[in-house]
Amino acid sequence: MSRKPFVREVSKTGWYFKHARYMRYMSREITCIFIGAFALLMLCALGRLSEGQAAYDSFLAAIEGPWSALGLLIVLIFAVHNTTSWFNVTPKAMPVQIGEEFLPGKYIVAAHYAVWIVVSLAVLFFAGAV
Amino acid sequence: MNARMVELDVLRYDPEADNEPHFQRYVVPCAEEWVVLDALNAIKESIDPTLNYRWSCHMAVCGSCGMMINGEPKLSCHAFLRDYDGVIRVEPLANFPIERDLITVADDFIDKLKRVKPYLIPARNEPVPEGEYKQTPAQLMKYRQFSMCINCMLCYAACPEYALQPMFLGPAAIALAHRYNLDSRDSGRDERQEVVASNAGVWECSFVGACSEVCPKAVDPAAALQQVKVASTIDWFKEHLLPGGGK
Repeated sequence: MSRKPFVREVSKTGWYFKHARYMRYMSREITCIFIGAFALLMLCALGRLSEGQAAYDSFLAAIEGPWSALGLLIVLIFAVHNTTSWFNVTPKAMPVQIGEEFLPGKYIVAAHYAVWIVVSLAVLFFAGAV
Repeated sequence: MNARMVELDVLRYDPEADNEPHFQRYVVPCAEEWVVLDALNAIKESIDPTLNYRWSCHMAVCGSCGMMINGEPKLSCHAFLRDYDGVIRVEPLANFPIERDLITVADDFIDKLKRVKPYLIPARNEPVPEGEYKQTPAQLMKYRQFSMCINCMLCYAACPEYALQPMFLGPAAIALAHRYNLDSRDSGRDERQEVVASNAGVWECSFVGACSEVCPKAVDPAAALQQVKVASTIDWFKEHLLPGGGK
């Protein structure tokens, strides 16, 4: 009896359309494009800031307007999706064992949200927004 | 038996006669409480004795009867017919070569399993008269979840990383390595890390999480892999930042 195993080809590009769980994964991964773009924008802002007040003011003027606001809103939505999707899986990476029991994952997730809120408020405070 | 007729499209492949697999339709009288494996057994017994597939325990313990059922990796003994509408598509586990019909070639998985040394490696072998290696319930709970793996390979069939990078060690092998690393009686982590923390090891995982979603024993291999990443990262920082490499 001869062996002739059959290997099924795997699509290198279309695999993530095959199941909702793969689409969920890609929706998380694709956020890096928007967050990367925003990081570049921040680098530009720092560069212009280092050139002085006038350069920074002109940079701020350049990114004003409804289209910029819309772009930043889209970035914010993707950033929040990135953050929440990672926060929600943190119990897998950092289980907390107390005696013979494990702390329920919801407390680990909640701790991340709590730190996020505190850090965000601190940033807003130092920026003079609150 | 209060039977209803169930239609199954089963992928057939005869390496001696076929160049590629093809679906064959079977119409099977099935009882309400039957699972897909029961329908396959009925086909083999009464309709087509040439159908090939693996199974043993019929109770989700042996891990032999993993198949793609309507595109989802499932134990066929755990997939109730009543949960499916219309024609049920039954294929061999994805991401493995097909040996014949629903039987896959599992050699790659077995090889990877061996490479992670999935057994206790004690610091020193105690003489038998000194008794067993003792462990507290808390020490047991630390790894118990990951010891529930039945090597059914459903996680490999669900993992797109393994599909795209077959060299990837994969979810079950790394989860089992983690299970022994967490065991208080074991001292073999350094030996396993050579394989587990390599390029083909845990760093191929991008945390899709599909392995944990399809695992029939709630092992949560994705959790094991993320914990291995955390531990390996700590190793790296110790090695590069602490005097003497943190040893």
